[in-house]
Amino acid sequence: MNRTLKFLIPLALFLVAVGFLTKGLFLNPREVPSPLVGKPAPVFTAPILGEAGKRFNSADMKGQVWLLNVWASWCAACRDEHPLLMDMAQTKRIVMHGLAYKDVDAEAQQVLIAMGNPYNKVITDTDGKIGIDYGVYGVPETYLIDKAGIIRYKHIGPLTPEILLTKVVPLLKELGV
Amino acid sequence: MIPAIGELTLILAFILSIIQGTLPLVGVWKNKTTLMNLAVPTARAQSLLILISFAILMYSFYINDFSVLYVASTSNSQLPTMYRLAAVWGGHEGSMLLWVAILSIWTIAVTLFAKNLPDSFRIRLIAVMGLVSVGFLAFILFTSNPFDRLIPAALDGRDLNPLLQDPGMVFHPPVLYMGYVGFSVAFAFAIAALLDGRLDNAWARWTRPWTTVAWAFLTLGIAFGSKWAYYELGWGGWWFWDAVENASFMPWLVGTALIHSLAVTEKRGAFKVWTVLLSICAFSLSLLGTFLVRSGVLTSVHAFATDPSRGLFILLYLVIVIGGALLLFALRAPNVGLGEKFDVVSRESFLLANNVVLVTAAGSVLLGTMYPLLIDALGGGKISVGPPYFDAVFVAIMAPGLFLMGLGPLAKWKKASIPEIGTRLKLAAVISVVSALLVPSVLGKISLMAAVGVFMGAWIVSTTLILLQNRIKAKQLASVSLLENLKNIPLAFYGMLLAHLGIGVFVLGVTLVKGYESEQDLRMEVNDVAKIGDLAFVFKGAQKIQGPNYISSQGKFVVTEDGKQIALLYPEKRFYPVQGATMTEADIEPGVFKDLYVSLGEPLEKGAWSVRIYIKPFVQWIWAGCIIMALGGLLALLDRRYRIANKNLSSRAEEVF
Repeated sequence: MNRTLKFLIPLALFLVAVGFLTKGLFLNPREVPSPLVGKPAPVFTAPILGEAGKRFNSADMKGQVWLLNVWASWCAACRDEHPLLMDMAQTKRIVMHGLAYKDVDAEAQQVLIAMGNPYNKVITDTDGKIGIDYGVYGVPETYLIDKAGIIRYKHIGPLTPEILLTKVVPLLKELGV
Repeated sequence: MIPAIGELTLILAFILSIIQGTLPLVGVWKNKTTLMNLAVPTARAQSLLILISFAILMYSFYINDFSVLYVASTSNSQLPTMYRLAAVWGGHEGSMLLWVAILSIWTIAVTLFAKNLPDSFRIRLIAVMGLVSVGFLAFILFTSNPFDRLIPAALDGRDLNPLLQDPGMVFHPPVLYMGYVGFSVAFAFAIAALLDGRLDNAWARWTRPWTTVAWAFLTLGIAFGSKWAYYELGWGGWWFWDAVENASFMPWLVGTALIHSLAVTEKRGAFKVWTVLLSICAFSLSLLGTFLVRSGVLTSVHAFATDPSRGLFILLYLVIVIGGALLLFALRAPNVGLGEKFDVVSRESFLLANNVVLVTAAGSVLLGTMYPLLIDALGGGKISVGPPYFDAVFVAIMAPGLFLMGLGPLAKWKKASIPEIGTRLKLAAVISVVSALLVPSVLGKISLMAAVGVFMGAWIVSTTLILLQNRIKAKQLASVSLLENLKNIPLAFYGMLLAHLGIGVFVLGVTLVKGYESEQDLRMEVNDVAKIGDLAFVFKGAQKIQGPNYISSQGKFVVTEDGKQIALLYPEKRFYPVQGATMTEADIEPGVFKDLYVSLGEPLEKGAWSVRIYIKPFVQWIWAGCIIMALGGLLALLDRRYRIANKNLSSRAEEVF
């Protein structure tokens, strides 16, 4: 090998590393794709908030496209996304149920009274068991479930108008909503 | 007002560092003395200004000036004074200021102690230090200003992360940075040498003490961090192969290789190109570590706030500094001649093997650390690389290195003979094999890993002692006493012995704690007894205690051995209201042969608690080994030949060694 070329090897290796580092800067290491996407949504039944004695059965949602929004009264980021959820509810374009995750019923109800209720139904998950089945690791999280009961999309963190426009709306169109 | 002065001094330092990094280089090039003479005063002035700025930030923390955004976000009026001061480096902005403050200390040291170098070389050296400083100051001023104001001021601060409220926080970051940043001096020596075209024995001798000090600090800093994790995280681990730990470990491995390669360059004039490349790599890995930690491209338990603009800035800086250095290397290194020839069996060969082992080990750690990023960038999804990879690969690479460590120092320069080394090491081999068979059976469980580990530890310790004995014999004068003979051996030699002994102690500690630790997770009610071997842990219940800025549940454990009380342990579960965080404070009874380690889990019904009890045999040897290594480095530094050599600028090292 040419003698001068040999001495360029360290520089070349370094530049390759820089390429990867640059790419890495624009990736989010915290954003882990859910292994549940493309798989059937776990079926559950649970009490409905504010409707004493009634239970919600997720199997009843077959045949509908719906959103499951995981939230809690103790979660600050949920309040950030709340106005957007209210806007979505006003369009009445899609059914959205809330899952009050590890929450106290009275406190969850208070938030909905104070800030408005964007949900069709609010399901209570006081001990967080449904959350475990769905692989929730932070609130808020939002799941899009299709007519066959398959999870088509999962968003971790507060929803933003951008996410709605680029990810959720195209999927809804594809699913015929 | 006072924070504004801190910002102003930082801006002035930035301007001065630009002058320090450029004009003197032009001066050397054009041979203009006036420009060359700017180097020392600008270097000292900018360093002092940075230190003043650092002191001002510290003062802002001391007086709880919550009109400074950074103070408000990392401190709190209830925080004890010691932690308020340590909170200066508890967040991103302050950590960066600590970085340049430590660079200033090194810069001042270079202007004071690197006096006896040829003028052109010394000026270039200082100018390169200036260029390193420019980048970091720009980074601080443009993306991470610790003096940004919060108007109106906050009533109180958001507090320091409770995990960091520990004496470890006071020592670990500054000492670690002393090591990290210290490699900038070796880097500056390498760049100055490439610019100067002067790569010889003298250059290696000048670089050696600086590299050794930085290495000793880095060793201590890593050890402090490991010890801190051991008692603070509450699950008894002492090394996690976390990305941030790896970021400090890679420069250590390459720095260790550099120390050995410098020895060859000084003594035999060989490995010159390789040594220069290692100098560049050691500091590059320090910078890369800073990038990895600060940009958030990797997640880790050390999670810091992430901001892509900061990441881009550091990356740009890396490209200029490392890319520039490697380009200069590619242009200049081909003209450097080869050193003196050596035989396949010679001390040079052993040191070359040492370098290959250490650099390969650093490479494997780098690969493991970057692999998740690599795969993600290539669209392969998210993966994580954990201890199983690192443990397996690292041990496999290092084991032959540890074995060679026993042989290398006994081999002669240029040409050695294997039978001769073999005869000298017969005794060490016997001692090591016997220990490897005996120790595991005494400790009650025989495993291959434990036997191999004990063999390596005993091998290193015994060969090191034989080395001393050989050295005395070789240079012995019959007329003087043993003590006189010991006195005549240079300190650098003792430093080497001590550092190698430290490795032996470390290896024994790691092997024995890995092979013989025991762990129990229990539910304990008041007066329940947990038995582990001859030891009995009695839980005496937990009570509430009010700390300065936390509320604590403190458990009490009486530990008895064969019915005799040997320790009282008070593990705590603390709640810090400002951040709403709960912390586990394990309590540990350290010992030479074993640590007793108890930590509280969660409170259960009726005063019962979930409790973790660990017995950690020989775990203290891990840190003792590191401290011995660092002491070895500092001892070598005191060797008189560095002072003599600096005076007469002789490039013939044999005269003094």
